[in-house]
Amino acid sequence: MKFIIAVIKPFKLDEVREALGDIGVAGMTVTEVKGFGRQKGQTEIYRGAEYSTNMLPKVKLEIAASDDLAPQVVETIQQTASTEAIGDGKIFVFDLASATRIRTGETGDTAL
Amino acid sequence: MFRTLSRTAALGLALLTPAAAFAQEAAEAAVAVPNPGNNAWMMTATVLVMLMILPGLALFYGGLTRSKNMLSTMTQIGATASLAMLVWVMWGYSTAFGPEGNAFFSWGNLFLSQTDAASTAATFTDEVISEFVFISFQMTFAAITAALILGATAERMKFNAVMLFVPLWLTIVYFPIAHMVWAGGGLLFEDGALDFAGGTVVHINAGVSGLVLAYLLGKRRGYPAEPMPPHSMTLTMVGTGLLWVGWFGFNAGSALEADASAGLAMINTFVATAAGALTWMVIERAAGHKGSALGFCSGVIAGLVAVTPAAGNSGPFGAILLGIVSAAVCYFFVAKVKAKLGYDDSLDAFGIHGIGGIVGAVGTAVVYQPFLAGPGDGSVALGAQLWVQIFSVLVTIVWAGIGTLVVGMIVKALIGLRVTEEAEVDGLDISEHGERAYN
Repeated sequence: MKFIIAVIKPFKLDEVREALGDIGVAGMTVTEVKGFGRQKGQTEIYRGAEYSTNMLPKVKLEIAASDDLAPQVVETIQQTASTEAIGDGKIFVFDLASATRIRTGETGDTAL
Repeated sequence: MFRTLSRTAALGLALLTPAAAFAQEAAEAAVAVPNPGNNAWMMTATVLVMLMILPGLALFYGGLTRSKNMLSTMTQIGATASLAMLVWVMWGYSTAFGPEGNAFFSWGNLFLSQTDAASTAATFTDEVISEFVFISFQMTFAAITAALILGATAERMKFNAVMLFVPLWLTIVYFPIAHMVWAGGGLLFEDGALDFAGGTVVHINAGVSGLVLAYLLGKRRGYPAEPMPPHSMTLTMVGTGLLWVGWFGFNAGSALEADASAGLAMINTFVATAAGALTWMVIERAAGHKGSALGFCSGVIAGLVAVTPAAGNSGPFGAILLGIVSAAVCYFFVAKVKAKLGYDDSLDAFGIHGIGGIVGAVGTAVVYQPFLAGPGDGSVALGAQLWVQIFSVLVTIVWAGIGTLVVGMIVKALIGLRVTEEAEVDGLDISEHGERAYN
């Protein structure tokens, strides 16, 4: 199993969620986060004085997927979240040791 | 219901005419000096209307948006009002109030070249007020009407599109309608349409224009599936209070004098509004909800809008009746019709201003009659006056609808109306102005 964390632009959330639903992703956790990468934040102007804010608002997706599905998940996120502009975000993939569904006690792929 | 505006002391103009000597003698004989009491009241009324725009409308609308669009909404209102003021003194007053003109618009006195500090404007009696005061008073009406439209387009319209739309819209839509209703020789003025303080000129006009622009812009992303509750009912309540206070300038000021008619407009502005506020809350209860702060604020605006054309044309109980009916009809449009037709009138500029204005304009024919203790003398039959009012509403709807469509299409073709999807999700505060309302 793989655990996938993707940080994307907030306005792409609906599109990505829909695309992932289409390939069979059953659930995900979504968090509004702030951070920066190469985009390095943006500039706000108050009465002519510039302030650079280092952190930009993004959305973080956390998805657990079976080994079979994981590459497809990554590819789907990459394609739907891309605007080909700086600040589109990143995708991280981890090995996932185990998963347990709390209600039933099922473990492994069936718990996803 | 302004009386024909005549320049009683246009001395400079008289000197330029061929019959200069004769005209000068006549002007000197008839020169009227403004009563300082009336002038003082009209200056007060003018700044009260200014209070309605900034901060009143800005806070009212701003509080109703999501927090990421608070500043954008307020900034659009402030910048729109400022632009309208400049346009007004350049060619707006000329296009609306003469001195030369036909039934649809007027001309002359561009850049106020024929007005000086001694110039006066007529009122409803043989009194006069300073023309600069009258120009300023009317200027605030143009400014708030343009700003009212933005309630229908909030959270998705480009700032530069707003800035291009406003002067074009004022020129093609607002100034001619103001001329038709309020200036001597105007189509609806001569027809006998009753519009004391701007039911047709301000509210129907802004409401219909807002609706057309909302259709051109399209719905906000996520509407209506995603909940978009007002981010600060506290600020909306503050804005509502400021609007109510300012509206006394709007309504009682439209008497153009500190006289009995102004007093009547004042008490009507109290009671119609109170009736509207409570009616909306009662309807909420009847519909199975709780009486809400937003319901209170909406009812206040519905009452204020409906009493505007009737302010000096109704008795207090006629005004209460208007407030009740307006709140009920506006509730129906905001809660039912909007959902059914699916247009995204973000902050209900059409649902409350447009619809409330129509209720007020048509209802004025009824409450004007002596059998409802209205100030009318009964010389015009109810049916005849009703038709005059309905005709004025229809003319306003058609003119505002087509005019706004044309202006909207021009702006759309030149620079586009709507922000990008990304800018809309991030919020217009950051994407259009580089600022945040709250840190």
